[in-house]
Amino acid sequence: MISDLLLPLAMAVAAGLVGCFAVMRRMTLASDALSHVALPGIGVALALHLNPVLGGLGALLLGTLLIWALEHKTGVPTEAVIGVVFSVALAVGSMLTSGEQLIEALFGAQRSLSRVETLLGLAAAVVVAVFVLRARNRLVIALVSPDLARTVGIDVPRLNLLYLLAFALTVALGLRYLGVLLMGSLVIIPAATAKYLARNLSAMLTISVAVAVLATVLGSVAGQLLHREAGPLSITIAGGFFLLSVVRRHARWGTGAA
Amino acid sequence: MPNALEVEHLSVSIGRSSILRDLTFSVREGSSLAIIGPNGAGKTILFKALIGAIPCEGTVRWSAGTRIGYVPQKLDVERDLPITGLDFLGARAKVSHAPTEETRRVLALVELPMSAAAEPLGALAGGHFQRLLLAFALMGRPTVLLMDEPTAGVDEPGEAGLYAMIHRLQEEERLTLMLISHELSLVYRYATEVLCLSRWRTCFGPPIEILTPERLQEVYGSATRFHLHDGPGD
Repeated sequence: MISDLLLPLAMAVAAGLVGCFAVMRRMTLASDALSHVALPGIGVALALHLNPVLGGLGALLLGTLLIWALEHKTGVPTEAVIGVVFSVALAVGSMLTSGEQLIEALFGAQRSLSRVETLLGLAAAVVVAVFVLRARNRLVIALVSPDLARTVGIDVPRLNLLYLLAFALTVALGLRYLGVLLMGSLVIIPAATAKYLARNLSAMLTISVAVAVLATVLGSVAGQLLHREAGPLSITIAGGFFLLSVVRRHARWGTGAA
Repeated sequence: MPNALEVEHLSVSIGRSSILRDLTFSVREGSSLAIIGPNGAGKTILFKALIGAIPCEGTVRWSAGTRIGYVPQKLDVERDLPITGLDFLGARAKVSHAPTEETRRVLALVELPMSAAAEPLGALAGGHFQRLLLAFALMGRPTVLLMDEPTAGVDEPGEAGLYAMIHRLQEEERLTLMLISHELSLVYRYATEVLCLSRWRTCFGPPIEILTPERLQEVYGSATRFHLHDGPGD
């Protein structure tokens, strides 16, 4: 039980950290759409009898480079392009996969992983967590003002690329457990909850990780008790935390305040 | 006195529209250059070209050892962003490996109380936010300070106080100052040179030559006058 939970927990920590900056940079929709791009990769990997997570990761990295190039190399408004490209990715992906495999790719499944898969997953989670914690000062300055970041010597396009790659890696981590549709939610919901409750950066990072970890553990326990998949339960529980944070926020600020 | 900045034949285009054309001027070390002109004349674009944030043609030559502090135009920060002034300054200190006392030093320089700096950025009053941005710029111990409408969103008494403080900082820290401003009376009082940008013509010189009613009418395209604030000079 504990060893089965180890990777989901590491995934939750990575998701909680990465999510904070996705929410603060107002890229929640873009990041949700980006996670969909894993589906055609999973489809291709299954057709070639490869590990589906590797296929998903490959597609995610390609999608990431595409978003980044659109943002930095062309003047194309990214919102619409992201919407179109990633909805098409979802459509193509669902043509490439079918039946049980499609459901599993979309919503994840709880199954035991090989030792190699677990170790690689843990390593990826550590890489993501270390990156976000080390880069948090640069990310903070760049999100308040990219121009200010430049005057401080921060290479903003490079920082953005590294952040998006960390994001893609986090989504790939959750593909087995939560699937293409739900992993984006584990990145966004705990961070959105933390944004409502926190008054400073450390509090935001801490609350976000705590909510992601709690939702994952409680979802897992509830799944065992109810004989249901843990992933959807975890996301539902995270949604509950978010609602509580909204209520608390309004109680604190009064209904008139945003 | 040597020049802190020399700009020759600077042109900037964004997409197909040409914003700045063939601009030449220089800024002496320790002087105050005010940049004035109507909205859309390219004042902010000029600053962005000078800090290298956007591509440009022509020459921009900073003197050796120049450190630039940039205070952008009032930033649009989300009201409930959970990043405090101290988070923001702390991030700046960490990125440039400055000692932690540096935060205290710059807050004292801009006269911003610690309790205000501990508030989330979006909750800071206009004057406090501008002081925080100034503190951020001062943290790098700049030799040149670029300020884009430092008093936007600040009420009138706060505005005069902020200018007086900038003037004092300039003397104490021996800064070269470049600022974009609409406050012509304050420009008249503090600037040693004025660069005015407009679609019709560009002019550069001491305030007494540039801030004449005729010139201003040419630049702004309508009758513009300004009054000198009463009270003792600083």
